[in-house]
Amino acid sequence: MVQKDVRRLTLILLFAPFAMWIALLIIVPHIGMVALSLREKVAPRVYEFGLGNYIDFINEPIYWNTLLRTGSMSLLVTALALLIGFPIAYYIAKIAGNRTRGALFLLCLIPLWVSDLIRAFGWILLLRETGVISTFLQWSGLVSGPIEFLYNDVTVIIGLVYTVILFMIVPLVSTLDGMDDSLVEAGYNLGGSGFTVLRRIIVPYAMPGIVSGCIVVFMLTAGSYLTPILLGGKNSSWFTEQIYDQFITRFNWESGAAFGFLLLAFTSTVIWLGLKLSGQTLANTVAKS
Amino acid sequence: MRTKTTIASLLAATMLVAAGTAQAETLRLLTWGSYAPEELVQKFEEEYPDIDVEVTFSNNEEMIAKLRATGGAGFDLAQPSHDRIYAAQLEYDIYKPLDLSKIDTDAMQPSLLDGVKANTTIDGEVYAVPHQWGTSGLMADVTKAPDVKGWGDLCDPAYKGKTSMRLRRTILLGMAFSMGEDPFATYSDLDKYQQLLDKVADKLIECKDNIKAYWKGGDDLSAMMLSGEIVASETWDSTAYKLFDQNKNIVFIPPETGALAWIDTFAIPRKGEADDAAYKWINFVLRPENVTIMSASTGAIASIKGAKELLPEDKKAAVNAAFTDADIDNLKFFANIPPGVEDMEGKTLEKIKAATGG
Repeated sequence: MVQKDVRRLTLILLFAPFAMWIALLIIVPHIGMVALSLREKVAPRVYEFGLGNYIDFINEPIYWNTLLRTGSMSLLVTALALLIGFPIAYYIAKIAGNRTRGALFLLCLIPLWVSDLIRAFGWILLLRETGVISTFLQWSGLVSGPIEFLYNDVTVIIGLVYTVILFMIVPLVSTLDGMDDSLVEAGYNLGGSGFTVLRRIIVPYAMPGIVSGCIVVFMLTAGSYLTPILLGGKNSSWFTEQIYDQFITRFNWESGAAFGFLLLAFTSTVIWLGLKLSGQTLANTVAKS
Repeated sequence: MRTKTTIASLLAATMLVAAGTAQAETLRLLTWGSYAPEELVQKFEEEYPDIDVEVTFSNNEEMIAKLRATGGAGFDLAQPSHDRIYAAQLEYDIYKPLDLSKIDTDAMQPSLLDGVKANTTIDGEVYAVPHQWGTSGLMADVTKAPDVKGWGDLCDPAYKGKTSMRLRRTILLGMAFSMGEDPFATYSDLDKYQQLLDKVADKLIECKDNIKAYWKGGDDLSAMMLSGEIVASETWDSTAYKLFDQNKNIVFIPPETGALAWIDTFAIPRKGEADDAAYKWINFVLRPENVTIMSASTGAIASIKGAKELLPEDKKAAVNAAFTDADIDNLKFFANIPPGVEDMEGKTLEKIKAATGG
């Protein structure tokens, strides 16, 4: 009897910090945001309950275009991160020796020790018109005048892939690490080509890592603020910038809160769709990785 | 005997410390970057040893957002621009009325004081007094862009890909003036103002092709200008003065329609807890000997009489290179922003940013 109580108490104590974290920092603020997003300003200091902020969003093409743009660019970043990250992860987990594996993993982690802001400034120094790359190209005689690499969508995508690729590599390495080499060998022995082995054995095995990596990367990209702002040009709007503008520049907290919710709903829908289309569920992928 | 004196002195010391902590006050300043130079803060703390100064740097929009989040708590003195007080106070009630008898208003330049008072009086109560003023206008490298005279010249195809501006309300107003309109006059009729904004938006969207990038803060603007990546830009005068110091070819140019002038003010947040210290700071920084230190750091001109003479030498040279007396007469002071205008301007700016004209 006493033992049971002790066990229950232990469980409660262990669970408490997590529950408080979720409740106080996630659920309560979000309820506040929902309430805020459902207020309509009718006059100074006078508010009414209503869906006006959401209706504004639907009626204004600029807003949903920006959201779609952010979504599609985030998907592209996720795909690129997977394409680039998968070979790296495979090399670290399967090909590299025990000692180099640790070193390679560390090399992947090092950029994360520097803040987002500094990394973005690093790209600015490299890519600006009077920056390192442009100067080098001119010096080597490959181009005659200075070239501006900064301030366009390609730069934004490069910067984002660089920022988030680690979150793709880590789960991939940990799933691939658990794969028995004999599976691959068996595939070759049965006459499979390299591509067949990859498609029929490695990728299905790595699926939990791929799905969780993609979810994390997509969420991080769609919600990032600094990189698109600093590297983006005069035409590149990002949805988080839109939210910031509503809150800070236009003092319109109500529609800022509504936008925040729309972003959350949008990214959740995309992930749900992605899981449905690829025939995966959270239970047999993310929970396993 | 000896131990007794030791104990007694220890006791006395503890009491002194206790008394000291009881009186110590903290003045929490919410102001612009460079508006509280370390030298001045130290001097102030020497003069009033029982006041500690804590400084938070911000900008107009963030100041209002911060104070709005707490209902005016967390800071004891704020420095928004004169046109940003009336609507913010009406909507969010974040400031408290000033006690003008505690401020040395006689030393202030009457035109600035009256201007700010007129802009910030609600129900007979005054909510702000002027601190420093400066302008927004253009700057150009005169060797590479000799013909920049007005706001519209930023869209001159001769400087294609080599100009910049900040995508905020200043450029909307500046462009409106350069198109021969007076935006401040249409504030009273918001429909008319919307029409004007639409016209300005069309012009700025067309102009996008000419712009290299929109600058976001003084630092990225300085970097683009000094490296020669751009040759002309919309700017704050203080940023241009700093660059003039490093490259004499980069000068501030008051647009021919008049530079847009702002006055940064002192306002006390509604739940400020150190009003006396705040008044002391206001009077302290407006003393002539301290004005020079402040202007050296900010590049702006204080609101007291004869302030131009109190500028440090390098800033004086930059101001004289930029402004003639006629330019000063031609200044356009930002008019109070009526409620609602901020939202209309915000939408217009979004439209410009999202357009793929260039």
